[in-house]
Amino acid sequence: MMTTGRQVRRKIVSGAFVVFCALAVVSALIPLGFILFFVLSRGITSLDLAFFTQTPKPVGEAGGGMANAMVGTFILIGMAAAMAVPVGILSGIYVSEYRRSSLASAVRFSADVLNGVPSIVIGIFAYSLAVLPFKRFSAFAGSLALGIMMIPIIIRTTEELLSLVPPTLREGSMALGATRAGTVFRVILPAALPGILTGVLVALARIAGETAPLLFTSFNNRYWSTRLDQPMASLTVQVYTYALSPYDDWHRQAWAGATVLIAAVLVFSVLSRWATRRLERMHQP
Amino acid sequence: MIVKRASRSRSDEGRWFPVGTGLIASCCVLLVAGIALVMVHGSWLSIQKFGLNFWRTSTWDPVSGEFGALPFLWGTLYSSLIAMLLATPVALGIAIFLSELSPFALRRPLVFLTELLAAIPSIVYGMWGIFVLVPFVRKLQGLCPGWLRETPFFKGPPLGIGLLAAALVLAVMVVPFSASVAREILKSVPFSQREAAYALGATRWEAIRMALYYGRTGIIGAIMLGLGRALGETMAVTMVIGNNPQISLSLFAPQYTMAAVIANEFTEAADDLYLHALVEIGLVLFIVTVLINALSRLLIWRVGGGRREKIPLAPARAAQ
Repeated sequence: MMTTGRQVRRKIVSGAFVVFCALAVVSALIPLGFILFFVLSRGITSLDLAFFTQTPKPVGEAGGGMANAMVGTFILIGMAAAMAVPVGILSGIYVSEYRRSSLASAVRFSADVLNGVPSIVIGIFAYSLAVLPFKRFSAFAGSLALGIMMIPIIIRTTEELLSLVPPTLREGSMALGATRAGTVFRVILPAALPGILTGVLVALARIAGETAPLLFTSFNNRYWSTRLDQPMASLTVQVYTYALSPYDDWHRQAWAGATVLIAAVLVFSVLSRWATRRLERMHQP
Repeated sequence: MIVKRASRSRSDEGRWFPVGTGLIASCCVLLVAGIALVMVHGSWLSIQKFGLNFWRTSTWDPVSGEFGALPFLWGTLYSSLIAMLLATPVALGIAIFLSELSPFALRRPLVFLTELLAAIPSIVYGMWGIFVLVPFVRKLQGLCPGWLRETPFFKGPPLGIGLLAAALVLAVMVVPFSASVAREILKSVPFSQREAAYALGATRWEAIRMALYYGRTGIIGAIMLGLGRALGETMAVTMVIGNNPQISLSLFAPQYTMAAVIANEFTEAADDLYLHALVEIGLVLFIVTVLINALSRLLIWRVGGGRREKIPLAPARAAQ
C-alpha cells in the first residue's frame, strides 16, 4: 500500500491529539502536586502541640492554636450527620427500591440539582431559617446548612451501593417469605452498610472542608464554646480569617490548619477507595 | 385462616414501607422548592424596590441604600467564562486519555489523582491562590510586553490579585468535575461505534471524534456541570479576585463576583434593604445554578439512556 501525503497528515494529527490528551492529564496533575507540596511543606513545620491544644491568643500575640476550632468542626459535622444520615439513607432506600417510580426520578433529579447549588446559597437558606428569627449566629444554624448539603450526597451513595448488592440475596429473602421492608432492613441494608458508612464518612470529610455556608451561620468564636445556640468556631472559618490577616504567625497557623484539612481529605479518599474496591470484589460473581 | 391473616399483615407492612420512605425521600424535592420560596421572601424588599434595574445599574452603595449588582454579575460571568475556556479542553483531554488512551495500569491511579483535585477544600485553593498563584500572576504581568499591556485585556497595575488569578483557580477546581462526567459519557458510548470507525480505516483521533460526536449532548452536559460549579464557587475566588466592584475587560483588574459579595458583606448588612439585596444576588445564583444543573443532568441522562442511575454524582462536590 502506498502512503500518500494525506495519510501521513492524518497520522500526524492523530499523534498530536494523543500527545495533547496526555499533556492535559499532566497539566491537571501539576497544580495538584504544587498544592500538596506547598501546603504540606509549609504546614508540617507549622504544626505544633499548641496548635492542637490551645485556643487563639489575643490579636497580634504569637502562639496559641485552633483546638476550639477543631472541636467546633467535629460538633458541627456531627450534628449535621445526625440530621442528614437518617433522611439520606431512608431516601436512598426508597430511590433504589422503587427506582422506576416517578417520585424516585424526581428525588434523584432534585438531589443532583441540590448537589450543584452553591454552598453559599445553602448558607443563606440556613441563615433565613435559623439565624434571622433568633437574631443570633448559632452552631445549630451552621450544622443545618452542612446537613442540607450532605443529604443529596448520602442519597446517591446509598442508592449506588444498594444496587451493588446481588439480586440473589433479595430473591432468597423474598422466597423465604420476608416482606419487602424486612428484606431491605434485614438483608440488603446490612450487606451494603459498610460501604454506605464509608460513603457517609467521605461526605463528612468533604463537609468538614466547607467554609462559605458557615461564615454567617455558625460564624466564629475565639473561645471555647460547646453551646449550640451560640456562635461556634470551625477550622475552615478560622483558617480563612487567619489567612487574610496581616500577621505572620497567623499565616503559619492557617497553613497548619490547611494541612489538617488536606490530611483529612487524603485519609478519607484513600479509605473510601479501599472500601469500594473491597465491596466490588466481594460482590463480584 | 392463618394463611389469610399472614398475607394481610404482609400487605399492611408492604404499605407503610413505600409511604414512609417515600415521604422522607420527598424532603429532598421539597428542600429545593423551600430554598426558592425562602429566598424570594428574603429578598422581597429589594425585588420590589429596584425590579430589573437591580441587574442593570452598577452603583453599590449600602450607606445611601442604592444597590445595583451589574458589576458582580459581570465578574461572575467573566471569570467563569475565562475559567471554562481554560478548563474545557483540559477536562476533555483528561476524559479521553483516561477512557481511551491510558495504559490499563495507570488508569486507576490517575482517576484517583484527578478526583483528589475535586476533594481539596476551596479554602485551601484560596490559600494556595493568595500565597503562590497571585505572586506568580504578578510576575507574569511583568513579563508581558509593553504593546500587550496597552490592550484593554491586559492593562492595569501589576497587583497579582484580579480576574486572571480567580479564573486560573476556578479552572483547576472545575476540571475534575467536567472530566469525570465526560469520562462516564465516553464509557457509555457503545464500543461498536469505535470498532466501526477503525474498520473503515480511521486513525485514533478520527475514531475518538466519532465517540465524542455520539456522546455530544452528554459532553455538553459535562461542561455545563463544570460551569455551574464555577459560577457558584465562593471562597477561593473571594480570596484572589480583589473584591473591587468594577466592570473591566482587563484580566489583571481586581473585580468582584456574586458569591464573593455575599461572603464578604452578609454579616455586615445592617439594614433590611441591604440584606434583601444580598439575598437577591443569592436567589439569582440559585436560579441560574439550578437551571444549569437541571439542563446538564437531562443532557447527561439522555446519553446514559436507560442507565441513568449509573451515572454518578461526579466526584462528589468540592468543599467551598
